[in-house]
Amino acid sequence: MINKFFVYCALLCFVSINSYAGAGKLLGTAGLMQVEGSGGGGLVPWATLAGYDGRDEISLNAAATFVQLQDYKLASVAGSVSLYDTVELSIAKQTFELSTLGGSISQNIFGLKYRLFGDVVYEYLPQVSIGLQHKRLQDGAVANALGAQNSHYGTDFYIASTKVHLAAIAGYNAVWNITLRSTKANEMGLLGFGKGISSERKTVIEGSAGVLFSRHVAVGVEYRQKPDFLGLGEDDWTDFFISYFPNKKINITLAWAELGRIAGSEPQSGLYLSINGQL
Amino acid sequence: MISHNIVKKFTGIRRFGCLSLGLLTLLIINGCSSLTSSTPSPSNALSTANSSLYDQIGGNVAMEAIVDNFIQEISHNRKMFEYFERSNAVRFREKFIEHLCMLTGGPCLYTGDSMVDVHTGMQITEHDFNLGVDLLINAMTKADVSHPNQNKVLAILAKMRSEIIYL
Repeated sequence: MINKFFVYCALLCFVSINSYAGAGKLLGTAGLMQVEGSGGGGLVPWATLAGYDGRDEISLNAAATFVQLQDYKLASVAGSVSLYDTVELSIAKQTFELSTLGGSISQNIFGLKYRLFGDVVYEYLPQVSIGLQHKRLQDGAVANALGAQNSHYGTDFYIASTKVHLAAIAGYNAVWNITLRSTKANEMGLLGFGKGISSERKTVIEGSAGVLFSRHVAVGVEYRQKPDFLGLGEDDWTDFFISYFPNKKINITLAWAELGRIAGSEPQSGLYLSINGQL
Repeated sequence: MISHNIVKKFTGIRRFGCLSLGLLTLLIINGCSSLTSSTPSPSNALSTANSSLYDQIGGNVAMEAIVDNFIQEISHNRKMFEYFERSNAVRFREKFIEHLCMLTGGPCLYTGDSMVDVHTGMQITEHDFNLGVDLLINAMTKADVSHPNQNKVLAILAKMRSEIIYL
């Protein structure tokens, strides 16, 4: 179900290459990978790279994410490398289980992110990055059955800006992120891309806001607008998260995800759990 | 009490590098005694009592505690200590207390060199800058500075980052 290769790779990376460990950022200002493998929050890619690397450092990042919904289960295993706090290369494998209908759909996502300017903490301007997520659907049967234009692959492009404001709210640090994404993906690509013979790309907006209540705990909310190419009432996504950062090597995020209707189902919601590791 | 600790720490770091004996002696003498320029007069303290971050944190006693703790943190950290090996610890202590006091709205005037002058030639990387921030956070935590007040101090100091790194 979850590709063993990814797990082994993540574990190997974890135990063997400690000397690369990045530490050029404040605790809690990096360290998260979103559900498609890019550095970010839970559902939304941010301008930040996943690792704690400064401009002379490399970080290796791994994440395992599980979302348990009424009719579906989503698992995502991801690995990435962040280079000199400038470029991030990521790979993720998503497995979407249709618990009530039976069967599962999986896709691989190859991500690239480039930091354009700004600094999430230290500069006046927010950090701004551009990125892409190239998605390759492994099982296109459901996408075909629903009439997707492309049941093999699609690519999302995004621009994201993220800023941490020190001592912004009664002395607590606050973070916000806004992302614009150009996409054809139905349910992130799990249900294919576009519909019919020709579908135009849609630009959607995604956002996050959070407060760091201590050096180790962040609480916040995310919103991700979604297109509805298939006409199945695909809903926007929301989550409320709490992240725990015991150190710069690991963090655990727990969220309540409201994912709405998926493939014509009743509205779906459930727990989101993500464990991230950095070197 | 604080001075005693610091002296002990600096004695303990001789395996990293060597502070001259004269410097150590100075440190012992100087220890806890606050310096004229950074000592607030009572009237000054009263006039800023209601609002400044300096007062919220606990005035000069807290500034001294933060800086003393910071020096201890440095002395325990091999990487960080390299930057301070040839520094005059007494002067560093005095000027950092002054600087913190002034930046947090206290009744002091920073009389030290500019941040650029101090750090030029040190080639401080983002990694090591952040290490310094982490140690300062530890120092503030040990001085019982609250989390929100720590952030306020960091927000002020963060603006100087470009005057500190890669020079």
